[in-house]
Amino acid sequence: MDVRQWIVRFSELVTADASRLTRLDSDIGDGDHGTNLDRGLRAAVAALDSDLPPGKVLMTAGRTLVSKTGGASGPLYGTALRRAGKAFGDATEVDAAGLGAALRAALEGIKELGKAEEGDKTMVDALTPAVAAYEGAAGEGLAAATRAALDGAEKGAEATVALQARKGRASYLGPRSVGHLDPGAASTVLLFRALADVAGRS
Amino acid sequence: MKKLIDAVDDVVLDALRGMAAAHPSLRVDLDQRIIVRADAPRTGKVGLISGGGSGHEPLHGGFVGYGMLDAACPGEVFTSPVPDQILAATTAVSGGAGVVHIVKNYTGDVLNFQMAAELADDEDIEVIPVVIDDDVAVQDSTFTAGRRGTGATVFVEKIAGALAEADGAVADVAAVATEVNERSRSFGVALTACTVPAAGRPTFELGEDEIELGIGIHGEPGRERTKLRTATEIVDFSLSAINDDMPLSGSDVLVMVNGMGGTPLMELYGAYAAADKWLTGHGATVSRRLVGNYVTSLDMAGCMISVCRLTPRLAELWDAPVETPGLRWGR
Repeated sequence: MDVRQWIVRFSELVTADASRLTRLDSDIGDGDHGTNLDRGLRAAVAALDSDLPPGKVLMTAGRTLVSKTGGASGPLYGTALRRAGKAFGDATEVDAAGLGAALRAALEGIKELGKAEEGDKTMVDALTPAVAAYEGAAGEGLAAATRAALDGAEKGAEATVALQARKGRASYLGPRSVGHLDPGAASTVLLFRALADVAGRS
Repeated sequence: MKKLIDAVDDVVLDALRGMAAAHPSLRVDLDQRIIVRADAPRTGKVGLISGGGSGHEPLHGGFVGYGMLDAACPGEVFTSPVPDQILAATTAVSGGAGVVHIVKNYTGDVLNFQMAAELADDEDIEVIPVVIDDDVAVQDSTFTAGRRGTGATVFVEKIAGALAEADGAVADVAAVATEVNERSRSFGVALTACTVPAAGRPTFELGEDEIELGIGIHGEPGRERTKLRTATEIVDFSLSAINDDMPLSGSDVLVMVNGMGGTPLMELYGAYAAADKWLTGHGATVSRRLVGNYVTSLDMAGCMISVCRLTPRLAELWDAPVETPGLRWGR
């Protein structure tokens, strides 16, 4: 699997969905999630060199996201990708076990930086079941595991609708944040859709 | 959406170009997107930096100058600046005595300033962050990201800026900033939502006869929606919320009646009259005041009241000369 294609695909999906993400954010946040992430990912894609090993690709993409995105999504997605890249180390190929370790590292990085746990109505609520589902299906190979992860992310994101936000700007709404899909969880679904798309190709 | 802009994507850059042209006392770096005092860095002076999303003007760029900030980093509209930008500002004002970052407590601001501070540390610049969280509308930090940083940011920037100008040490400048934050509280009310240029529509829908109590400064909805009330009722509600959290009786206070961008000064003065009366009636002495648009939320109508319980030293630092586009006296 080509991790550069993963970031490119993620960027394409976010571009296509930017206005929906921004609208979700307007409902419970400040209305910049789609435009922000789109801007950051375009910069990340532009910074990628196809000759780099997987770990370096993800670390470069992560660093660029941190540098160019702003908001909370830049540091969070940027840290996730950097941590995932570090987990790959010098590996030249992406296998199911390696990707699993990278996804786990990404999740831990986000939880650490955002100080969020499951149930806070953040991207962690989509990421956690996605990583768990991936690990559960890792024995069946990359394509199957990434499809399971996408399914986990979708279910986790959907479950944020019923939650009251405890982190980020949505938390200021209190009970009024209930009934809205968390925009960070929504974009996390796109991250896993991109992964499943790219892993399914190879 | 009707806005006085050329193109949605260029809103922030065009504003920076305008600031550069209008204020020769500032050095505006359009590539790095930072606003720096033309005379920075001054050797031995502590650098004072703040930043946050654009759309709150004059905060922060309008408070760069003598006696206040050394630099500001404006992000995209309502989006925190990025670490590279904050690092560029930090480097630009570093005079060898350390740099204080004034950060409003919003997740994105805190994370990006934190990353920038790590980068500055790599370059051997001492950075002390001070997080502002004065908004009493947010009550329980176990269930939220904690109180937001809002109007008191102006108090902190002015008072810490005065100490930095007087060659205070970095630890002392950070300590006085923390002290001002701890002694300050704010509460905001929106009469209308604002329209972020890139979104093109109001951030939330507010009925003709509705107001939103307890708003932040990014157009995010507040904690409660009610029917429109009189200015006096709104001011009383806001000051009661502040007083419940930080009793004001017997205190010498600095009060700011801040417009959110879309409310005329006439109405703000009306609100100030009610605030002055309420504070005096509740045993506080109003000794310093600001009325006007200082921390705005684009075109939102409404106001935010901020109160700081002064000490003689804080009052003296508040009165010290300041010369910035948004605030100037005594010089």
